[in-house]
Amino acid sequence: MKSESQHQSLIQITALILLRWIIGWHFAYEGIAKLFDSNWSAYFYLLDSKGWFPGFFINMATNPFTLAILDPFIKWSLVLIGLSLIIGFLTRYASIGAMGMLLFFWLSHPPFIGMEYALPAEGHYLVFDKNSVEFFALLVILVFPTEHIIGIQAMLGQRDTQSEEVENVQ
Amino acid sequence: MSNKITRRDLLKGLATFPVAGSLLVGSLQKEKYYREKANSLSRIIDLNFSGFNHPLPDEKTSKKIRLGIIGCGLRGSMIMNSIGFASPDEILDIREASMKDKNDKRYEFFMNTERLNIEFKGVCDLFDPYAERAMIAAANSDKRHIKSNLTPVKRYPNCKDLIAAEDIDGVIIATPDHWHASMIIEAAKKGKHVYAEKCMTRTLEEAYKVKNAVEASGITFQLGHQNRQFDSYNLARDLVTNKEILGRVNLIQCNTNRNTEQGAWIYPIPENAGRHNIDWEQFIAATEPADFSLERFFRWRLWWDYGTGLAGDMLTHEYDCINQVLNVGIPDSVQASGGIYHFRDDREVPDVFNALLEYREKKLTLMYSASLANGKYRPRTLMGTDATMELSNGFTVTIDTHSQKYGDQIEQGLIDTEHPAYSYSPGSEKVDTITSASTKYFAQRGLIYTYRQGKALDTTYLHVKEWLDALRTHNQPSCNIHRGFEEAVTAHMATRSYREGKKVFFDRDSEKVVL
Repeated sequence: MKSESQHQSLIQITALILLRWIIGWHFAYEGIAKLFDSNWSAYFYLLDSKGWFPGFFINMATNPFTLAILDPFIKWSLVLIGLSLIIGFLTRYASIGAMGMLLFFWLSHPPFIGMEYALPAEGHYLVFDKNSVEFFALLVILVFPTEHIIGIQAMLGQRDTQSEEVENVQ
Repeated sequence: MSNKITRRDLLKGLATFPVAGSLLVGSLQKEKYYREKANSLSRIIDLNFSGFNHPLPDEKTSKKIRLGIIGCGLRGSMIMNSIGFASPDEILDIREASMKDKNDKRYEFFMNTERLNIEFKGVCDLFDPYAERAMIAAANSDKRHIKSNLTPVKRYPNCKDLIAAEDIDGVIIATPDHWHASMIIEAAKKGKHVYAEKCMTRTLEEAYKVKNAVEASGITFQLGHQNRQFDSYNLARDLVTNKEILGRVNLIQCNTNRNTEQGAWIYPIPENAGRHNIDWEQFIAATEPADFSLERFFRWRLWWDYGTGLAGDMLTHEYDCINQVLNVGIPDSVQASGGIYHFRDDREVPDVFNALLEYREKKLTLMYSASLANGKYRPRTLMGTDATMELSNGFTVTIDTHSQKYGDQIEQGLIDTEHPAYSYSPGSEKVDTITSASTKYFAQRGLIYTYRQGKALDTTYLHVKEWLDALRTHNQPSCNIHRGFEEAVTAHMATRSYREGKKVFFDRDSEKVVL
């Protein structure tokens, strides 16, 4: 990876940073909107689960204990992951966390053949939906890190040989 | 490598701040937009509602109430289960079902049912196995899972003896409709409080007799329209009647759609049932004589001699909801039609049924239609000059495009007439004006559940509790004799119209039903 990053052009790096910011923005605003909406709960969404593990997700919805933990967890995780991606701090962990959440959403509502959900999708999906696309975009963020170029991590001088090499290129 | 933060490093970090800042500013602007929209809606309609918290007496310190139950079949045992009484066999059955199906929460709900400080002193059923099961269930106040050491509660072979028993304060009546009137009247005479299942009576004449007897006695009477306990109905009443959120309501559509044998009253007949364990003579004592028939005994809703058809069984649920929300009372006229279109059994009652209830003074019509051979969900819809409400255990209110009341807000783009402006989801503590699209969607489609966040909203439990609270505090519960009388007269007007093929009128001066 180190050797590859040496060959990243400015436009490639810019594209990666923009991708990181936009995903971060999306995550953070999803969380902020849910924080503002005092009535928001994952309850209805989870109840509509289908696919491989509907029982697991429905149980989470109907169990007061898990739902009481899950609702604030989802809201704050979205906000913190989003901000982390935007400001470039602990981005690696944020990407992994974000991918975990997207996997959770995808597993609860997989767009397989014959699976119709109460809330209609805004597009047409087969196996992969927007959650899956964002999941793989995050994989790109994870394997092509940019926080050491633009971000708090870069500011704190947590430069490793990799970033120094990139600087040398620049 | 130096650990010192250089100016260049600082810029690399600060470069992210405009992005984070824009997000913050954008989020606040969007929130401000929502708030303004919500405030403009709240300015038109006061959304504050205090009816969610009912101060109730503390059961632990209040006097224990001694009950008897008459009719321990399908509905009777459901009522007992709802208030925390079941035989160990029933408890094990629902536990096993819950273990097999994670979505089946009956066991959890049953075990979590709070105690009402009641005890059962007598049970009565004409079918021996039902009575025997109820004797054990009634004794199982501790929700035990094994039978040992449970002393069965006394069984009264005759309902009159149970009503007369000195150690019984109140009776739950969950028998076929043809027995309701004589039991309620008998209980009223003996000063016993009554919780009776709907329809309140089988005939129109009985409705007058029951009303007079209950009023004269001063007992606490509750009719079993347990849906009165939905928060959504209470909130809708405040919004529709007091705050006129819909403008003037002129048309209401209510529906029943079922497409199962159970829904069409073809109840299972127990294999061991027969002449030897059914008291048939007592069964027909309150109606027309007939030869012994297992179908008539267990599927009594199919015959006019015992039941009240779709009008008494299902229209009453819809009517009582509307009566709760809008105080409509008895209609000025009812015209009903329908027929036996689908089922080829010996039933006398229709399986497709329509009724038009007209209210001249209120200037509104209630249209009810039902099919027992189609399961399509059709929302209960209240249509007013300014908005439309779809009401179940949640509701949505969508503003009418040509509303005058909301005209300014529509013009300013603050109200979208394509989507609900107000919504309420079960379990929520307030009416929502800014909820997410998904929640609105679920509330609008009626894809909502009787519990939320694991909190069971067992309406039967709440309804029985309201009755017990009322009799402890010498008050009248929500579905008292007046509401029961209105329910029964309305149902019988519809049945009479259907059976005689004529429009039926209610004469307000004489309080009589005329053709």
